[in-house]
Amino acid sequence: MAFEPVLTNHVREPNSFTLDFYLRNARGYEGLRKALTLKPGDIIDQVKASGLRGRGGAGFPTGLKWQFVLKDTPKPKYIACNADESEPGTFKDHVLMERNPHLLIEGCAIGCYAIGAKIAYIYIRGEFYHVQETLERAIEEAYRAGFLGKNILGSGFDCDVYVHRGAGAYEAGEETALIESLEGKRAQPRIKPPFPAVAGLYQCPTAVNNVETLCNVPLIVLNGPEWFAGLGPEKNGGPKLYCISGHVKRPGVYEASMHTTLRELIYGDQYAQGMLDGKKFKAIIPGGSSVPILLDKDLDTPASFDHIQKAGSLLGSAGLIVMDDSVCMVWLAMNLLHFYRHESCGKCTPCREGGDWLYKLLQRVENGEGRAKDIDLLFGVASNIVGKTLCAFGDAAATPVLTTLNLFRHEFEAHVKEGRCTLPAPWRAKQPVMAH
Amino acid sequence: MSFHPEMDYAPARFHRSERKLAEAGEAFAYTAENQAKFDGIVTRYPADQRKSAILYALYLVQQQQGYITGASMRFVAGQIGCTAAEVEDVVSYYTMFYTKPVGKYVLNVCRTLSCALLGAERVTEELCGKLGIHPGQTTPDGEFTVIEVECLGACDRAPVVMVNDDWHERLAPEKAAAFVDDIKERGRAAFTGCHLHVEKK
Repeated sequence: MAFEPVLTNHVREPNSFTLDFYLRNARGYEGLRKALTLKPGDIIDQVKASGLRGRGGAGFPTGLKWQFVLKDTPKPKYIACNADESEPGTFKDHVLMERNPHLLIEGCAIGCYAIGAKIAYIYIRGEFYHVQETLERAIEEAYRAGFLGKNILGSGFDCDVYVHRGAGAYEAGEETALIESLEGKRAQPRIKPPFPAVAGLYQCPTAVNNVETLCNVPLIVLNGPEWFAGLGPEKNGGPKLYCISGHVKRPGVYEASMHTTLRELIYGDQYAQGMLDGKKFKAIIPGGSSVPILLDKDLDTPASFDHIQKAGSLLGSAGLIVMDDSVCMVWLAMNLLHFYRHESCGKCTPCREGGDWLYKLLQRVENGEGRAKDIDLLFGVASNIVGKTLCAFGDAAATPVLTTLNLFRHEFEAHVKEGRCTLPAPWRAKQPVMAH
Repeated sequence: MSFHPEMDYAPARFHRSERKLAEAGEAFAYTAENQAKFDGIVTRYPADQRKSAILYALYLVQQQQGYITGASMRFVAGQIGCTAAEVEDVVSYYTMFYTKPVGKYVLNVCRTLSCALLGAERVTEELCGKLGIHPGQTTPDGEFTVIEVECLGACDRAPVVMVNDDWHERLAPEKAAAFVDDIKERGRAAFTGCHLHVEKK
């Protein structure tokens, strides 16, 4: 049975972001209408039964997350929608917010109703200014039509949705760092526990959910948990957005079931249509820059959370970065460590100092000044970051080094032996990039 | 001194003793319009959580005078009801706030993997070569600043450049120099914008 997109089926049509379009073509706000006739607990049960897993990266069951939000508390509760899409290679929430914003707003409203919150903050990264404009227009439309605000659709339920603009910080995508940033501080993670479900925004119970996750909620309420679970492999139900970038013919966001294999996503006619300029495939990072690399032999793995994990990597945010054989793996690690070094929030020493050390070592090896023992030193420094930081950033920063060393150690050795980059490519800088 | 026998700490330029306080600059207050905007946004947060509006308050400062000075940080602290140190704490963390004047057009070139695979490093080289500056610098006429930034979240349209708040997608290295001329001539009309805006085509 062919898979029919449900999240992005209209995104390329003109004016798909308007309320009018949403109501006419996508059963707009029917999910909310139905949800308001149900008990909040029943919605959480439905989301649990659907097996919906968080689309932000960790793949944690959304229903459970909502169930953990403290019920008996005099404090207000909140939903914080994570729209700080900054993982390298990921650009799916961008499409949803830009072209189907009402689905997200509906998801926020249903989420608030389910956990007993009255306010949802959508934390959007500062660079998405044009997306924010669309989103805010859509929220205004929803208020005017009575889908947000006081006494929604005569149910007595009140809900406000606000957009909160970040200002350039990858770390704000971590749930507790996002909360800190929402509170007007530096985006640095908190010590857990307590988890946000107990003490989140303003120390009140908070559910932090990714954009794509919340977009799935109206569909689950409308079509039922069985429909959702049936779309994919066991425990990996529902539609999934894949972001494909790098050396492919047709990069973009593609919606598919999690039965789809990596090979189909790269070579399939309805997906990325194969390698750019017919070059040879070398490697793929299947879930945003923070996950281990997979090779050609792994491409027949279905792109589900569980299958990819079994293959030795993670689906993460489903940002597939495809590389052809012109890519030097030492350069790749250096490029990514430049990112992690720059974005480390500085709170935990292993990540802050270690990231900088790794970058310097990689730069030395890449520039042909590496010593034989630098390779083991890289491994030692990276291994000493893993598991020693408050959030997953530390592990993420060490991963590009550990995975390239694991799979392409010979390239590092060749760099050291020959005293130069053994795989220079014309698309790279003519002058070696200096630290700055 | 370092925890690691082989590796040094980051260079001394990061050491706090080297740090300069933000320049006070001229006296600052919001225009009536910006003050009204700020007062509106604050109501989105609980009454005892005005600090949540700090990023918005700083964006307003930046819109009004181009960059954030010591005087404006004090002003924001007064608006929020926190200390100036807390405001500077935030300003110094987020990359989208400038504490020095920047050009009329700030060219933010994405340098992270997906864009780099399609020539982003070369784009920076070409732009800087054309403008005669290094990344992070502003041209003497105050027109252009080039900044290398990390992933902008448009990897399918690599290489991507964000100019102020606008996007320009698929900027091939060989077109970079002409792009600068085009901006000089046509201003914002030179940008492709986001490809998802199908209505504009």
